[in-house]
Amino acid sequence: MKEQLEAIRKAALEAVAGPQATADLEALRVKYLGKKGELTALLKQMGGLSAELRPVMGQLANEVRAELEAAIENQAGLLERKAMEARLENEALDVTIPGKKVRMGHKHPMYSVLDEIKDIFIALGFEILDGPEVELADYNFTKLNTPADHPAREWSDTFYLTEDSNVLLRTQTSNMQIRAMESRELPIRVLSPGRVYRKDEVDATHSPMFHQIEGIVVDKGVTMGDLKGTLNAVIRRIYGENTVTRFRPHHFPFTEPSCEMDIQCHKCGGVGCPTCKGEGWIEVLGAGMVHPKVLQNCGIDPEVYSGFAFGMGLERLALGQYKISDMRLIFENDVRFLEQF
Amino acid sequence: MLLSRKWLNEFVEVDASDREFAEAMTLSGSKQEVTTDLGAEIKNVVVGKITEMKRHPDSDHMWVLQVDTGNEAVQIVTGAWNIHAGDLVPVAKDGALLPGGVKIESGKLRGIESQGMLCSLKELNLTAEHDYPYAAIKPAAILGDYTPLKGQEPSIPADIQPGHKLFGSVCAAKVLEYATQPDGLYHTVLDLGGSTAMLDNDCQNLHEGDMVAYDAKAEKICTPDDLHAQQAEFPHCITDGIWILREANVQPGDDVAKLIGCDDHVVEFEITPNRPDCLSIIGLAREAAATFRKPLKLHTPEIKGCGGSIAELADIDIEDGDLCPRYTARMVKNVKIKPSPAWMRERLRNSGVRPINNIVDITNYVMLEYGQPMHAFDFSCVEGGRIIVRTAREGETIQTLDGNVRKLTPSMLCICDEQKPVCVAGVMGGANSEIVGDTAQVLFESANFNGASVRRTAVALNMRSEASARYEKGLDAMNTMKAVQRACELVELLGAGEVVDGVMDVIARDSAPTVLKLEPERINALLGTNVAESEMRTILETLNFELDGDKVTVPSWRSDVEGMADLAEEVARFHGYNNIPVTLSGGASAHGGGYTPVQLAERSVGALCRSLGYDEIITYSFISPSYYDKIKLPANSPLRSSLKILNPLGEDTSIMRTTTLPSMLEILARNYNFRNKAAYLYELGRTYFPKKTGPDATGVAEEPKILSLGAFGPEVDFFSVKGAVETVLEGLRIDGAVFEAETGNPSYHPGRCAKVLLNGEILGVLGQIHPDVAVNYGVDCELYAAELRFDALYAAMGAQPVYKSLPRFPAVARDIAVVCGKAVTVGALEECIRRGSKGLLKEISLFDVYTGTGIAPGKKSVAFNLAFRAEDRSLTAAEADAEVSGILALLKSELDAALR
Repeated sequence: MKEQLEAIRKAALEAVAGPQATADLEALRVKYLGKKGELTALLKQMGGLSAELRPVMGQLANEVRAELEAAIENQAGLLERKAMEARLENEALDVTIPGKKVRMGHKHPMYSVLDEIKDIFIALGFEILDGPEVELADYNFTKLNTPADHPAREWSDTFYLTEDSNVLLRTQTSNMQIRAMESRELPIRVLSPGRVYRKDEVDATHSPMFHQIEGIVVDKGVTMGDLKGTLNAVIRRIYGENTVTRFRPHHFPFTEPSCEMDIQCHKCGGVGCPTCKGEGWIEVLGAGMVHPKVLQNCGIDPEVYSGFAFGMGLERLALGQYKISDMRLIFENDVRFLEQF
Repeated sequence: MLLSRKWLNEFVEVDASDREFAEAMTLSGSKQEVTTDLGAEIKNVVVGKITEMKRHPDSDHMWVLQVDTGNEAVQIVTGAWNIHAGDLVPVAKDGALLPGGVKIESGKLRGIESQGMLCSLKELNLTAEHDYPYAAIKPAAILGDYTPLKGQEPSIPADIQPGHKLFGSVCAAKVLEYATQPDGLYHTVLDLGGSTAMLDNDCQNLHEGDMVAYDAKAEKICTPDDLHAQQAEFPHCITDGIWILREANVQPGDDVAKLIGCDDHVVEFEITPNRPDCLSIIGLAREAAATFRKPLKLHTPEIKGCGGSIAELADIDIEDGDLCPRYTARMVKNVKIKPSPAWMRERLRNSGVRPINNIVDITNYVMLEYGQPMHAFDFSCVEGGRIIVRTAREGETIQTLDGNVRKLTPSMLCICDEQKPVCVAGVMGGANSEIVGDTAQVLFESANFNGASVRRTAVALNMRSEASARYEKGLDAMNTMKAVQRACELVELLGAGEVVDGVMDVIARDSAPTVLKLEPERINALLGTNVAESEMRTILETLNFELDGDKVTVPSWRSDVEGMADLAEEVARFHGYNNIPVTLSGGASAHGGGYTPVQLAERSVGALCRSLGYDEIITYSFISPSYYDKIKLPANSPLRSSLKILNPLGEDTSIMRTTTLPSMLEILARNYNFRNKAAYLYELGRTYFPKKTGPDATGVAEEPKILSLGAFGPEVDFFSVKGAVETVLEGLRIDGAVFEAETGNPSYHPGRCAKVLLNGEILGVLGQIHPDVAVNYGVDCELYAAELRFDALYAAMGAQPVYKSLPRFPAVARDIAVVCGKAVTVGALEECIRRGSKGLLKEISLFDVYTGTGIAPGKKSVAFNLAFRAEDRSLTAAEADAEVSGILALLKSELDAALR
C-alpha cells in the first residue's frame, strides 16, 4: 500500500508539472483526485488494512493528496500567469499612433489678454463695468472737458449717427468714467474695457474698430502716488515683476495732471533699439488725475473728492504679447491663426 | 516741432548731450521724438581752391584739377563744366560721407587718379532756388557741344570759324580769355574773326578755346535758349554743376558741414495740443530753462525807424472781434527783396522751413522764434490802403499762394482790402498781394485769430499750413506786438527795407490774465507729495508765473492753466513725476470688486463653447446694408432698420448690425476660401437697435448681445450644432427648452432649421444656412449657424443646483420600436411616450429611425430605449411591462404608431 501511494505520488507530481493547458491539468486532477481517480481508488482499499497500519497509511494518503492538490494549484497559477502574459503581449499597441482627436476651442488671443488684465484688476478690488458703444456726444466728449469746437469731435475723426453730432460711436472708453461717476455710489473703483471706433482706414496698425481698457478710481484723498502705485502693480503683473516703469507728463482734456506711462524696453534694456524706436522706452498707457471739471460735470465736489483714471489700447498690448505683426490678423479670424493660442 | 539746438542756445545755454537733453525734456513734458545730428550725414567735405585746371588727356569733357584743401593738395578728375581756376568749391575727400549715405573714395577716372569729388548743391541736399540763390547756374551754348537732333540737318556746321554768321547779329566767336572775378562775373575776351570783343559774362561753363555764339547787337554770349535750341542739342550745357562758393571769409580747408549750418543738432518734439506756446523756440527755451534750472535770456526788439507814420498810410478794421480779437501791423517801405543771409537761411532750413526771400523768411523766422504766425502783404496791392478783417461774402473766391483758386464761404474769416479778400486769415495768403521781386512796400500782419475758426476753414479748404496748425490751438493775443517788433528789427538788421514809424494795434477783445491762489497743501494732497512751498514758487517763477503772496498770475501764453490741478501739474513736471512716492491706497470700492453675475455668465458661455471645440472670433460691429440682401432678409424686415453711420469709411462699414449672422457667415466664408477643412466658431457679440422712441428716449441704442455659433466641415451637421446648443443650455442649467421646426427663416434651410423655445419665449434659432445664402457668400458646402439671445439665456439660467439623492433601486430597461407615419416627429413620439407613462419612466433615448425593407412605404420605424425606476423599491418585470403597454396604447391611439 505504501509503495502504491509513493508510486502515485511520484507519477502524479511528474505529470502535474507537464500540462500547458488548463484543460489538461484538470484532466490530471480528475485522474488522480477525482471520485474515480487513482488516489481515491486506493483509499477505498484502506478498509482492508490492519488497525495499526490504517492510521499510518491514512496520514500518508492525506499527505499525498495535499501535496498533489498544492502541485495542481501551483501549476494552475503558473498557467494563468502565462496566459495573462500571452494576452498582454497580444494586446500590445503602437503607442506612437496619435491619440484620438478631441476638438478644443480657443479663446481669441486678444480676449485672452483682456481676461488676464481683468483678473489683475479684480484682484485689486476693481469692478468691471460694461457700457454703450453708441453714445451721446455729451458722455464721449462734453462732460470729459472736450468742448464742442474740439478737433477730436470733427466728422473726419469720429463716426456720427445723427446730423446734429449728438449721437456717435464712442471714440474712447472714457465715456465710462462719466457713466461710472454718474451711476455709482462713491467710492468708485471701476475697470471698463470695450470696443471703440475711430475713422481710421484699415492697415497693419489701424482699424476703425478697436478696443480700449478704461479705469477710474474716485475717493477722498486719492493721490497721484496712488495712480503710480496701482498702475505699477498692474504693469508688473502684465510684463513681469522686474519691469522698469516711468511716468512722463502728457495731455488729456479730462485729466490734470496727465501722464503717459512707459516701460523700459525689454529688448535693449533702455539703450535704444528698433523695438523701442531707439527711445529705450515703450509707451503702455495714458493716465492722470481726474480733471476737477470732469468731477464737477458728474456732480462730484472736487474740493472733497479726487481720483485717477487711465486708459490703454488692447490691440497693441495683445500684438506685443504674442508678437503678432499685423492688426488685421486680429479681425480676420483665420482658424489657423486662432488655433495657435 | 523741430528745435535747432544752436538756435535754442541763443536763449538758454544747455550743454547737455543729445541723450541727456532728450531725456530731461521728455520727463518735464516736451516729448522728444527723434534727435538728428545734421553733421553726421556730411563728413570730410572741405572747402577747396582750384589751383590748376587741365583737360583730361583721354576725354573730351573731363578736367584734371589740382585743388588746395588747406593742409593738402589733392588731384580731382571731374566732368563738371562750370568751374575755373581760382574757384572755391566743396571737396568731398577720400572717405567722405554725403547725405543719403553716399561714401566717396579715391579711384581712377579714365586712367587718371582722382582723390575725391567736387560737390554740387544737390549732393549736399541743398538747392539753388531755396538755399543758395547765387549759385544758380546759367550755361552758355558751346558750339563744340552742338549735336544735331536725330534725323535733322545740322544747323551749325562742324567746322564753323570765328566770325561766321549764324543768324541776324549772332556770329561764332572763340573764347580767348575767361577768368573769374570777385563779383562772380567772368572777364571775357572773344575772337570774332578779325576783331575781338571784351565783356563781363555770367555763364559759368566757358573756358579758353570754347567756340560760342555771340550776339553783337545785344553784346552777349548766347545761351541755348537764345539760339531757340533744345537741351538735347547741347547735351553738356546744363544748369547742373559744382557749387562755386561765394560765402564771405571762406578758406580752403574749412568744414563745409559747418559752412552750411550742419554743425547743429535738431530735436523733434511731440507738442501736445494744450501747449501751442511750445511750438516756438522761445517756448521750448522756457521749458528747457526750467528743466535744467538755467536762466532764460529773452531779447527785446529795438527798431530805429525811418520816420513817417503808418496811420497815414494804412487803416485797419476788425468787423468780427470774436474771430479776430487782435490785429497788429507795421509798415516797411523801400523794400529790397533779396535772399536772406546765410545764418537765417540755415536756421530756417534746420527748422524744416525752406528759405524764399528776405521778407518771407523774416515772417517764417519770427513764427518759429515766437510762435506767432505772421503774414507780409505787398501793400501796393491792398486797394484803398485799408485792411478789413471780415468773413467772406457768398460767392467770393481767392487764389492762394499755392496757385489754387479757393471758393470762400461766409464762415471763413478773411483779410480783405476795400474790394476783395487778400488772405484767408491764419491759413494762407492770397496771390494778389504776394511778395514778389519788385515789392516795395510791405505790411507785416501779426494777428490773433479764433483757433476753431481757423481750423474749420483750413479743413474746409483742405489747406493746413504751419500758421494754421499754430492758430488752431489757440494762440496768445499778447504775442502779436512782440512778434511784429521782432520782424521789423530783422528788416533793419537785414537791410531789407525801412520801417515806418508807428504800430497799428487793433484790440477787438481784451482778455484779463488768469489769477489763481497758490495752495501748497492742496497741491501736495493731490500729488501725494511733500514738495516745499519754496520749490513750488521757484518752479512757477521760472515758467514766468508772477507770484504776489499767494496770488499767482498766469502768463498770457498759458491759457491751459485754469486751476489748482494745473498748477499741480506744473509743480509735478519740474519736481519730477518720477519723484512722486508710490502708494497703493485709496478708492476701496463699496462693492468690494469682483465680477457680476452677468459677467460670470458671459465667461461660462465662452468656456462652454470652447469645451465644444469652438474658437472665439471678433468681428466688426458695422456692416454693409447689402449684407441684409446676402442673408435674404425680406425688404420689410424690421432687422433692416439699422442705425446708420452718417460719415462711414465706406459702404461695407456703414450701418450698425442688427444681427450677427452676416458677420459670422463672412468669417466662415473667409475660412472656407482659405481652404481650411473645417471651422467651428463662436462670438458673443453685440447687435445695435435704435432705442424705442418716446418721451424718455435718450437717443442711445439698445445693444443686446448674441451668442453666435457657426461651423462647417466633414463632421458638421444639423445635429452636431444642435448638440452644441443643447450642451450650452445644459451648461447654463437651462431646463425645458424645446426645439421646433422653423420653416420661415429666410436665411436658413426651410427643412433644417429649428427655433429654440423656453416657456414659449424664443431663445434663438439654429440650423443649416440656406444654400442660396451660402452661394451669396461664395461657399458651396453646408454652413451651419446658431444665434442665441444672451439676455434670454441669462434670464433662463437655472439656480444653483440642489443635491438630489442618488437612486437606490435599479432601473428596468425596455426597448420599443414603433411604426408610424413619416410625418410624425420624434419629438411628438417622445412627448406621447412621456404622457403614456404612469410615472415610472425616467429616461427615453432614441436609438434608431429606420425606413426601407420591411417597412411600408410612407412609414418609418422608430426605436427607443426606455428606463423605468421607482424611488422606493425594485420594480418587477410586470410593473415595467404594464408601463410599456400603457405607452404603446397611447402611441397607437394618438399617433397611429404600432409596435413593430
